[in-house]
Amino acid sequence: MLGTQLTALTDGHPAGLTDALDLVAGVDAALAHGLARVGEADAAALASLAAALGTTPLADLVAEAVDKICAGSVTPEHLAALAGARSALLGAAHDALLGQLDAALGRGRVPWSPAPPAAPSPVLAGARAWLHEVAVTGWRGVDHELVAAAGTPVEAALAAPESRRLAVLLDGLAAELRACVPVAAMPQVPARRWADLWARGVLLAQDAGAVDPVTEVDRVDGRLLPLGVDVHEHDTAMQIQVHAILEPAAGGPPRLVRTAVGAAKVDTIVGPALWRLLQAYPTLLAALAQRRGVTVADLPVRGADLRWQDDRAQLDGPVDPFAAARVLLPGAQAAATAPLDRHPAAIAEPVLLEGYAVGDHDGDLVLELDGRPLAVAVDRLPSCGPLTPELVAASSACLGLLRWDDGRWRLQPLAVRATVKRKAVDVHTGDWACGITDAKVAKAEAKAGDAVAVLRERAGRLLRR
Amino acid sequence: MADVDDAGWARRSSVRVVPAARPRKLAKVPFVELADGRLQGVVSSGSDIERVYVSSLTSGTHAYHCSTNNNRPCGGLRGTPCKHLEALADEAILQYGLDRVARYLRVDAGDGVTTGAELLGRLDARHEPTQAAVVFSRFLRHLSYLEVPSSTTPLPELHWFPSTGAGR
Ligand SMILES: [Zn+2]
Repeated sequence: MLGTQLTALTDGHPAGLTDALDLVAGVDAALAHGLARVGEADAAALASLAAALGTTPLADLVAEAVDKICAGSVTPEHLAALAGARSALLGAAHDALLGQLDAALGRGRVPWSPAPPAAPSPVLAGARAWLHEVAVTGWRGVDHELVAAAGTPVEAALAAPESRRLAVLLDGLAAELRACVPVAAMPQVPARRWADLWARGVLLAQDAGAVDPVTEVDRVDGRLLPLGVDVHEHDTAMQIQVHAILEPAAGGPPRLVRTAVGAAKVDTIVGPALWRLLQAYPTLLAALAQRRGVTVADLPVRGADLRWQDDRAQLDGPVDPFAAARVLLPGAQAAATAPLDRHPAAIAEPVLLEGYAVGDHDGDLVLELDGRPLAVAVDRLPSCGPLTPELVAASSACLGLLRWDDGRWRLQPLAVRATVKRKAVDVHTGDWACGITDAKVAKAEAKAGDAVAVLRERAGRLLRR
Repeated sequence: MADVDDAGWARRSSVRVVPAARPRKLAKVPFVELADGRLQGVVSSGSDIERVYVSSLTSGTHAYHCSTNNNRPCGGLRGTPCKHLEALADEAILQYGLDRVARYLRVDAGDGVTTGAELLGRLDARHEPTQAAVVFSRFLRHLSYLEVPSSTTPLPELHWFPSTGAGR
């Protein structure tokens, strides 16, 4: 990424973005208060939302929903329309921001090709009912009872593989609410975040919203060059998402792709132990730990998402992710986001930064290209890997993901080339995928004991009696 | 909570609302949680590998109880919290930090409190039998997550839940 590109990215907001986010904030406030009795300010905000969508296909649905919600009669259909309206605004924000990024980087992106809808799952009704109750109550009214009521729909959704996304979302949201009860006592609520999760939950819980994740539209063969790995986790779920360049065997431009594998977990499994939950994917983990390429055959793909199958992957020769990014990333073909997933929080675009100065802006670590600062998302450095804020501060090259939140772009580092004790080292978030390589950390972990093994022993002894 | 005083908090999608649990040894106390208005959990018996104790302490009232998972009362309860409740409080402090545990229980921990026993000593706690079944079934539910098969379905919603805490 060049200084001129960073300037193009951070020079001004896309037109209409601020207005769209103000409308979203209005919905967020209404959800914080609850829809049981909509106050004047919230009613005005919802009316503005309906007006803003007046020229879209959602116009009539949203106008009616807002009328009825403000009059005090909230049906599931009205909530679906409200969630849809809010998601449409953030979807448009996503498109504008990603458009700005693509223009700045000169990144090409193939459009989304529609996928066939799937059969609705019987577990969705319970999730809808809970999300309904939550919206009517409002975040500020959430109590232990309402949090506990999430248990049954979560359990049902988790048992059905087709509703895993919904299950993981609801469980993550419920855990946050549980920790914040009584929410009324909080000085402020994370209104944007919880409304994001609520709205996505409502959409995923619609019968018509089901998208079959198994029927892919396309399959690929080729060589995969991993750039880096992004790690996600909450109390009961984790996922690693590997960003990579795919050189298709059939020829054509390299593709910017990603592949995700994940597992259920519990809150006491944290740090490097996370990798042990992914032992079903030894080839992928070895590729990360050893920085190797992978040859993949007949792997299903939809948009940018390769659906990983470890038995269709073979370790290839060593790959330097920095070199791969320098040579291949500028010409790599990206892919559009799935329609339902369009939200600024979904933007995670790989970039390589070199030749920057490391700076400090009011305590925030920033990388400066031609004097233009890009804040580092140090809060997105995972505890399961060796990459620390200190290493980023000592770095001269950084592979990372461009992200956007609350009005600004940030860089989430996935790997750095840094100077430590006058020696150049490459440090990646995935370095410990096959075990901790730092003797001191490994010793501390060994002393703490194996959480996964202890819990599996307890499960084996107590679960099936 | 994390950065709740930050003005931008309400307008950000990716904020860490709940700090991740801190790593701790699980052998003695495999399960601790702050839920349903209680500090509750499961303590493995030191003598019988098949037996576990279910211990709980209610927020606000500070009523406590300890029994086996089959509802046999713990022999260690003699007018004061037993060693299982102390172990539970110790591990809760390790996992969540003293502040969060004290806030949840509505105790003014004050200075000088570092261990579970010291925290329990600050309470005007009283014994009140409760059913072990609720907590024990939550523990079994907790364990059942380890039996959920891993998956290659991308979970886009997890972008709201970045892993954090490098170098901790
Ligand atoms: Zn006891």
